[in-house]
Amino acid sequence: MLSWLFSVATFAGIYALLALGINVIWGMGGMINLGMAGFFALGAYASALATAAGGLPIPIGLALAAGLAALAGGLLCRLTLRLRGDYLAIVTLGFSELVRLIAANEIWLTNGSDGISGVPGPWRSELTPFQFNMLSFALVATAVIVVWALAERLRRAPWGRALRAIRDDDTAASVAGKPIRRFKVQAFALGAAILGLAGAFYAHYTSYIAPDIFRPLITIYIFLALTAGGTGNTTGAVIGAVAVVLVLEGSRFLEGWTSVLGGVQKAALREIFIGVALIAIMQLRPLGLLPEKSPGPFLERKSR
Amino acid sequence: MLDLLPQFLVNGIITGALLAIPTIGFTAIFAVLRFPNFAVASHATVGAFAGLVANVHWGLPAVPSLAFAFLISGVVGLVSDEIALKPLRKHGALTTAIASIALTIVLENIVRFFFGNELRGYDLPLVRDIRFSDIRVNPQQLENLALAVVIMILVFAALKYTRMGKAMRAVADNPGLADLKGIDAILVGRVVAFAGMGLVGIGGMLFGLGTSIDPLTGFRFILPIFAAAVVGGLGSIPGAVLGAMIVGIGEEMSALVLEPAYKSAVGFFAIVIVLTFRPRGLLGERAY
Repeated sequence: MLSWLFSVATFAGIYALLALGINVIWGMGGMINLGMAGFFALGAYASALATAAGGLPIPIGLALAAGLAALAGGLLCRLTLRLRGDYLAIVTLGFSELVRLIAANEIWLTNGSDGISGVPGPWRSELTPFQFNMLSFALVATAVIVVWALAERLRRAPWGRALRAIRDDDTAASVAGKPIRRFKVQAFALGAAILGLAGAFYAHYTSYIAPDIFRPLITIYIFLALTAGGTGNTTGAVIGAVAVVLVLEGSRFLEGWTSVLGGVQKAALREIFIGVALIAIMQLRPLGLLPEKSPGPFLERKSR
Repeated sequence: MLDLLPQFLVNGIITGALLAIPTIGFTAIFAVLRFPNFAVASHATVGAFAGLVANVHWGLPAVPSLAFAFLISGVVGLVSDEIALKPLRKHGALTTAIASIALTIVLENIVRFFFGNELRGYDLPLVRDIRFSDIRVNPQQLENLALAVVIMILVFAALKYTRMGKAMRAVADNPGLADLKGIDAILVGRVVAFAGMGLVGIGGMLFGLGTSIDPLTGFRFILPIFAAAVVGGLGSIPGAVLGAMIVGIGEEMSALVLEPAYKSAVGFFAIVIVLTFRPRGLLGERAY
């Protein structure tokens, strides 16, 4: 039971990393990344291949995952920079499909739809499963805290303030002399790096990855986490991610009570619930449950 | 391999014509409602399954089944847009786009809830391929091609000659001016949500006629649809047809150099190439 709790908490940590990555791109940068699953997969495959097939140590795998995802994200962002955000949405979604295609078809590299099993985990062979879950949780939690602190620091730093100014009004920001394009590409690459890192953690924790794991559905989970927590709010992203994992895991308990429905139907109901919840929160609480704190206008308006 | 070229070209034209139908729906919605509606994926699935019910369960032939697919996916498109997406449009195109993905997940899983994950096929008479020297075509494919062409002609006629069609182009071109002229943008938006998603539903069924369908059918076509729309110019309806032809022919021709599994990657590369050299698409963003 305790082991299971650590396992759920580890997944919550991985989701929190994903939400933090998307928060840099969408929450702070105002750019859309609908191909989140693609960056997640890219990081997972990069690290898994580097360590399982290449025999490199895990920290190098993590760095490779973050670096490759950042490179891909920077290129995609660069490509659509001059266009409206809609194009970035389409290109990123296309990118994640491409990653999935490559993962499913380049069998010599990725073992196709059978996936890669036996991805090394830190000291997996020397620890009991319970100890391994505990260690994984500790490592992922450390990563979440580091990334959270970094993101929070960046958000308040001049870089983050300029980025948020660009998000809210890029004309005004460019009049103020901010190099908009450079900021956007940097933010997208940084966010993508965090997504790639989350993918690497996933691969090393579960020891098994396959193309089907990185379905677009996971992108919706993370947008739900971020929207529920408050778009642009770093702490909200982490809380939202934990809440989404609790809902997903909690619905497994509910499933036990209903025996009328088949497995496919139960899974379908859960996904319907997630989708409806996202749309409902977007409509009812567009700023999220914990809105981004704004310093407010310099001079308070008297009316209202 | 090169002797297969004419065959690939014919396949490409057929694929392109079929692709044009849902792309017109997607791009028309973009032109008028100003956001990329990712819910095209689930509406293609809804249309494919509505057609399946009409064709397999009620025993209707292909054409009335397609009409039923249009009606059902159109109604679902209109209702879901009113409930889920319309209230979000004021928060911006990107927020609405995210919600449209959530909507896709909801609708796809409603279909999955009732029909399950199994592959299903339509009930159509089996016919032998026709041969023109080296080129083989299935009569069903020819019929689909003819249907797609008829539907395209109807769409263009409606846009050019009907009052609603003109109103749609006006709103797409300049919403402010259209409003000044007394055009009811909300009504136009509803008609586009209905007709656009109806076309997407027809597209889903037309694709399904050649193979079999499952709840993920729509998602498989989302990349070629986006690619066709972006290549032709997002929001341009003639561009949708041109883009669909290019992507369709490109996909089939890719068999010359790529493994068949990578057919759907052609769309992504088409997007990348067009955005690099002609970011507004081949025909620009004007609706018509």
